[in-house]
Amino acid sequence: MTNEGVVVDQTHQDQSKADQLKAARQARYSPGQSAHQFSLYLYPLVALALLLLVNLLLDPQFFSLQWQDGRLYGPLIDIVNRSAPVALLAIGMSLVIATGGIDLSVGAVMAICGAVCANLLVLGDWSIPAVIGLAVLTGLACGLVNGFMVSYLGIQPIVATLVLMVAGRGVAQLLNQGQIVTFQNPDFAALGSGSFLALPVPVWLVLLALLMMQLLLRRTALGLFIEAVGCNAKASRYLGIDDRGIKLTVYLLAGGCAALAGIIATADIQGSDANNAGLWLELDAILAVVIGGAALTGGRFSLPRAVIGVLIIQALSTTIVVSGLPSKFNLLIKALVILLVLMLQSELFRNQLKTLFSFGKLRGGKA
Amino acid sequence: MSEQSNNKSATPVLQLRQINKNFPGVKALQQAQLSLYAGEVHALLGENGAGKSTLVKVMTGVLQKDGGELLLDARAQSFATPKDAQQAGISTVYQEVNLLPNLSVAHNLFLGSEPKRFGFIDKKAMANQARQLLSTFGLDIKVTAPLSEFSVAVQQLVAIARGIAPKRGAACTKVLVLDEPTASLDADEVQNLFQVLRQLKQQGVAIVFITHFLDQVYQISDRITVMRNGCFVGEYQTINLNKAELIAAMLGKELCQQRHQAPCLAVEHSEAILTARQLSSGQSVQQLDLDLPQGQAVGLAGLLGSGRTEICRLLFGLDQADGGTLSFAGKPIKLNNPAQAIALGIALCPEDRKTQGMIAPLSIRENISLALQAKQGWWRVISKKKQQQLADFYIEKLQIATPDADKPIGQLSGGNQQKVILARWLAVEPQLLLLDEPTRGIDIGAHAEILQLIRQLCQQGMSLLVTSSELEELTAFSSKIVVMRDRKKVAELNGEDLNPDRIMAAIAGASV
Amino acid sequence: MSRTCLPLWITFALVLLMFAAGASQFDGFASLRVVTNLISDNAFLLVTALGMTLVILSGGIDLSVGSVIALSGVAAALLIGPYQWHPLLAFALILPCAALFGAGMGALIQYYQLQPFIVTLAGMFLARGVATLLSEESVAIEHPFYDAVAEFGLELPDGGWLGATSLLTIALVLLMLVLTHYSRFGSSIYALGGNSQSAQLMGVPVARTTILLYASSSMLAAMAGIIFSFYTYSGYALAAVGVELDAIAAVVIGGTLLTGGSGFMIGTVLGVLLMGLIQTYINFDGSLSSWWSKIVIGGLLFFFIALQKLLSHKWQNKAGGRA
Ligand SMILES: Nc1ncnc2c1ncn2[C@@H]1O[C@H](COP(=O)(O)OP(=O)(O)OP(=O)(O)O)[C@@H](O)[C@H]1O
Ligand SMILES: [Mg+2]
Repeated sequence: MTNEGVVVDQTHQDQSKADQLKAARQARYSPGQSAHQFSLYLYPLVALALLLLVNLLLDPQFFSLQWQDGRLYGPLIDIVNRSAPVALLAIGMSLVIATGGIDLSVGAVMAICGAVCANLLVLGDWSIPAVIGLAVLTGLACGLVNGFMVSYLGIQPIVATLVLMVAGRGVAQLLNQGQIVTFQNPDFAALGSGSFLALPVPVWLVLLALLMMQLLLRRTALGLFIEAVGCNAKASRYLGIDDRGIKLTVYLLAGGCAALAGIIATADIQGSDANNAGLWLELDAILAVVIGGAALTGGRFSLPRAVIGVLIIQALSTTIVVSGLPSKFNLLIKALVILLVLMLQSELFRNQLKTLFSFGKLRGGKA
Repeated sequence: MSEQSNNKSATPVLQLRQINKNFPGVKALQQAQLSLYAGEVHALLGENGAGKSTLVKVMTGVLQKDGGELLLDARAQSFATPKDAQQAGISTVYQEVNLLPNLSVAHNLFLGSEPKRFGFIDKKAMANQARQLLSTFGLDIKVTAPLSEFSVAVQQLVAIARGIAPKRGAACTKVLVLDEPTASLDADEVQNLFQVLRQLKQQGVAIVFITHFLDQVYQISDRITVMRNGCFVGEYQTINLNKAELIAAMLGKELCQQRHQAPCLAVEHSEAILTARQLSSGQSVQQLDLDLPQGQAVGLAGLLGSGRTEICRLLFGLDQADGGTLSFAGKPIKLNNPAQAIALGIALCPEDRKTQGMIAPLSIRENISLALQAKQGWWRVISKKKQQQLADFYIEKLQIATPDADKPIGQLSGGNQQKVILARWLAVEPQLLLLDEPTRGIDIGAHAEILQLIRQLCQQGMSLLVTSSELEELTAFSSKIVVMRDRKKVAELNGEDLNPDRIMAAIAGASV
Repeated sequence: MSRTCLPLWITFALVLLMFAAGASQFDGFASLRVVTNLISDNAFLLVTALGMTLVILSGGIDLSVGSVIALSGVAAALLIGPYQWHPLLAFALILPCAALFGAGMGALIQYYQLQPFIVTLAGMFLARGVATLLSEESVAIEHPFYDAVAEFGLELPDGGWLGATSLLTIALVLLMLVLTHYSRFGSSIYALGGNSQSAQLMGVPVARTTILLYASSSMLAAMAGIIFSFYTYSGYALAAVGVELDAIAAVVIGGTLLTGGSGFMIGTVLGVLLMGLIQTYINFDGSLSSWWSKIVIGGLLFFFIALQKLLSHKWQNKAGGRA
């Protein structure tokens, strides 16, 4: 009897000891702090809000919207509409950057696809879906070339896509025979300048692309695989992920997005200018993706944040125009604001700002 | 319980007091302390995630402490960068090999203090000095080759050698910190290392030695500091503390383990799930005959570089065979890539978790579910809820020390990273699991747990091929042990022969 | 050793191949004059690419170089023209300023942990912005010093002529060769490119190296701008657009990995020569329309990069098999 009691006591002690251990362990950890999605969105949004605010100060009418012919007009709509091509590029670029690559050719691909559209429309007898389909196919083919060079030939992304960046513009000029090819086709032009349910068509196209991509990437494991390959391609291969296939896919998707952007740009000006279509837009797209918080070394990506990045860039351009400064200041201001936006994402800078402000307050309080 | 520190010299060379360090969601160090005296080897012990590496990083300027003080020669000091600590005479070999794979071995050894001639780096002299330095470890390799060409073990030795190499402009080494230096070394290399440590001790260097091999603690250390949950538990003289007491101090409870159980032979004589005949691959594996029976664990022993890892790579489709045949579950197969192997039900938990295993920025949850996801294909997504369940299950089962499953795996302690990688492959539930050094860096409590798990898996019908340098461990569960030497199979031991001595003899090349 | 140098030899062979192709097709291609012209035409690109190599070896990138070339050209032209400075005095002001500009970018990258691509992209806008602000028109340079420099040079047989700028470029190449491969600064750069975290743990002065690195790149770009001004006798804010991409391409074709830590300075020289030869080849042809020449340039670039990849892959496999 007594013996049994002792045994019971023993196990009881063991139990309480184990509980103590567990409690000690739990006291050390506070769960739920590892994921900080929120702050990732915070700073790009703060930057955008600040820019819009500056615009409002410069132009009190800035937030006004007018309703005309079943469509909204106003500076805000303008910003959203103008950012459509870059937004499409940025969506594709996000994926490429997530795998640790970069695609310099998207501007040239825009030009090629634009040239394809314009020439087909000039030739006549092509239905609009067919034109769009062919243009998108062209974009995908360009993406395929890039993807093949990067993933199967193992050429570094920046040079692989540089090849198409240089040659692609040549191809577009070749298609146009060095001319600016214009066309008269109101239906096709509507893709660039028409409206639907109060908003410009390009905005709808961007939203559609964003939604589709988001579904494709996040409702399947594709997005996760892209991130895994971008973080550590070797380990991904050990996991049974086809890292080359993934890389090929992202360049393909980027080519498709560039094609859409090219279609919008062409429809907008009702013509194809092989020299200037999409010129340097690849840099804007990359910039947008980074402003959205992605690392160029690959890894995590977020399409909505990239689109916020695009809006920031476009809002900035608008601000410069609204401010009425001579155009020679454009680049300078753009550079400074971009630096500021980037710095906002650096924790060190935020802390420095905080101390600066608290100093200011202290002094203000004393005075 | 802790005892008075011994009398060798009045003041410690290095003393850490009341050190605190917080990471988001983790109090990594709470009032941790450590005192080091000249001419001692001081073992720093504790479970995975106890805070050992963090303490080392705080002590050497990699991380800044949130509280507490650091005294070097009884003077308060703080190091802003690792370089400052180096200049003050603290040399460190961090837990993961932190060298530069793109530079030559010699350059890795002397980076920052290269020998110069007429103001230019003298590459010849550098190579000569490198050869000399490495020869103290019995290492004879091509020092002008890039480091990436060598195995983890060699890289580890190079890292240690760099630790003791003279540094330009630095005070002579007073403290040498070794964070799990022996995790990937074999017995001979460990002895070589200990030889060097004893010499350094004689010269009055204080050495901090972190390990999970308790035998090594008793072999080399003079004193022991134990940590648990980021706190200081006690400081002991090694000779006054027996192994059971030590384990109890580390885990906070006794370890109930039954060593030397019979090998798991759930099925007495089972069919071979995988058979290899005359399998070869270039120079790395030569004419291998191998049978892996269903529901049993087979051990793979041999020195580093004997072809163990290469066999695993071959069976997982990472390398292609250029001769011989391979059949799995009765059907002949040819493996071109890991995806094929995984589809068949073969999984490999790789040797080098840093480059081949973890996807550092992704969370524990994602890291655990990725392999399963890859197997299912990209279109059949594993829901977040399911991922969470998987992660929670393995965090509990393998006692992964983490606040939650959303922590990026790169921020876990070394041993816990290893557990996550292991969990990833367990989640796939393969038919054949290849484990290449699965217990590297894993603490003694979890180690017993994992051995138990391996038996359990066999019972459930899974087959395993386990590579390990720890012979004790291999004999604890293997039904058969294959011994490799110079890329050839030299022996297959079973039954009576399953003991460390016999394996040792076979590895060394005595007649079998 | 030979294995790490292999891509270099392959690139060298490709340069010879390109030269042979040109020589077999056009009269007068295989002359010393073509070779020296190759150097003087590409001197500014080469100097820029040297700096770019440093940056890329460290795992970074510098997109601002094209704009810095333009800015230094404009600044030099303005100082020499309207402000009546002696060119050497102007250079003595411009070069340190450029270094400071680069150091600023390096500091942002280092201390605020911003990505090089973006910081230097902002630097690119900034430098070109300042250049346009200084002058939107092209500014001509007329100064006896420029004439004197143009006269100076080394006469070679076969119509060859190594001008002052070519000689300067060659000297810079030698200097950079020694700097990258035989100095601690060079080692630190390779270390950063290998793994900046490990480099930090190994006691490499990461901050100092990063800042110095970008400072050198900008300074070399400014030097390239000055060389360019000797070539065009003017400074123009919209000059050298896209040169950064040419420089990056040259560096990468020279076998340097964009991920950093692996590559050779001499490879960059070969890369610039290869690109220059492609351009010379097209100029010699003369019949191509502007778009066809773009396509041909792209095609040749692709051909050489792919060939380089395939060859080094093949030989590496062979070497691996033998080992
Ligand atoms: N950079 C970091 N960010 C967040 N948490 C961290 C970081 N580094 C370590 N930790 C946490 O601090 C705790 C202590 O980790 P540490 O690496 O010191 O353990 P350890 O004792 O060295 O374990 P092991 O034996 O596995 O190497 C762990 O819970 C770990 O998750
Ligand atoms: Mg550790």
